[in-house]
Amino acid sequence: MNLQTIIDKLQLNVLTGPRDFSSITPKGGYTSDLLSCVMAGAKQGNIWVTLQAHMNIVAVAAMLEVAAVIITENAQPDEAAIAKANEQGVILLSTPKASYEICGALWDMNLR
Amino acid sequence: MDPIRPQTEQEKFGRHRPLTDRDAHEINRIEELSYDLKVREVMISNVITTPPNVPVSKALELVRVNRISGVPVVHDETLVGIISLEDIVRALQNNELGEPVQKYMTTDLVTVNTFDSIVEAIKIFTEKRLGRLPVIDEHKKLAGIITKGDITRGILLAVQRDYKEEEVRRYRASHLFDDIVSDRTTLVLRYNIKAGDFTHGGNASSHIKRALLRLGADSQLARRCGIAAYEAEMNLIIHTTNGGMLKLEVEPRKITLSTTDDGPGIEDIQKVLQPGYSTATDKVREMGFGAGMGLVNIQKCVDKMEIESTRGKGTKLLMRIAVPSEILNSNKGSS
Repeated sequence: MNLQTIIDKLQLNVLTGPRDFSSITPKGGYTSDLLSCVMAGAKQGNIWVTLQAHMNIVAVAAMLEVAAVIITENAQPDEAAIAKANEQGVILLSTPKASYEICGALWDMNLR
Repeated sequence: MDPIRPQTEQEKFGRHRPLTDRDAHEINRIEELSYDLKVREVMISNVITTPPNVPVSKALELVRVNRISGVPVVHDETLVGIISLEDIVRALQNNELGEPVQKYMTTDLVTVNTFDSIVEAIKIFTEKRLGRLPVIDEHKKLAGIITKGDITRGILLAVQRDYKEEEVRRYRASHLFDDIVSDRTTLVLRYNIKAGDFTHGGNASSHIKRALLRLGADSQLARRCGIAAYEAEMNLIIHTTNGGMLKLEVEPRKITLSTTDDGPGIEDIQKVLQPGYSTATDKVREMGFGAGMGLVNIQKCVDKMEIESTRGKGTKLLMRIAVPSEILNSNKGSS
């Protein structure tokens, strides 16, 4: 399943610049708001679900080469974080829903 | 290729956005370039034109001498038509080479704008069987002409440019250890890390990861070092009084990461090595740091970790990673 389908089905907002999301196929996911846990647990190509929205999630996401970050509960990264994400090729998505709900939906979509 | 995609990030942020690590791995940019490159960049701009009132024989002469397949017809700097070889042949069949160009030219014109992405031109070329498209500028004046060949050449040149930049960087870096002869060559990169500088947190480790990739490390090795460097970098930002230095030393068979700072030092080293133990403030924890997993993560990523600390003096953290089978040596090839 490609990222475009995920964005459409979960009605996610795309915070970073437009990309050909249909060409990106996430492999599994990870959720945590503790960055060190993410560093240890998230794998390359995962979708990372978090309610953290500050600059440092971009560094973590770039280092791990996650497919995309879904920021939950309407947390809003600032301009600088979005700019940095664009520069580093990190995709930031957002949703008003809670992490629990998003993970459940992703699991239902067979992203396991 | 999805023809309805509105805008690529290149269009938005400019072609010369830095290549990310991911790009560097898989440079497959033809599709993106077709959105990214503008007609202006690939068109031929010094176009041979003809006024509408000259005889078709003149146009034939232009086509023949310049070995082109058609000539745009311009009146008062405005494009009014195009006379192609086919049009000329029609005139020839009717034995009317002396008639004015405007009688035989095609006026039902399909044009592209200088500021269009070349994907626009590609779309037109695919839909309509046209050999060339006149290019119009902002003032509706003829600015150039574009053919499929121009597009192909433009894309190839741009790909080459992109690719070369990264390749050259990688090549140079990966041959470093070959080109410099010594009994023991070490490349040392130092990064000054400021205490409390969360805004730039992760920058140094990102540079370290990139440097290792350029030096020929595989992505797994670069990732391990990157994660260790990140945790060490964040420790300097979160826990030190005056920041510190993050250092990367690369040798053909060995990578050493280290940090030094001048305080406050660690009270109980055994405790900080326990998963979940953290001295981070609530404010820092709110940001997702202080999980008490930093050193634990480092231990997982490196082959050997040593920590030395004196309360009130500072901490030294040393991390060693063995490089398997001379990955950082170009003998394996730079790709």
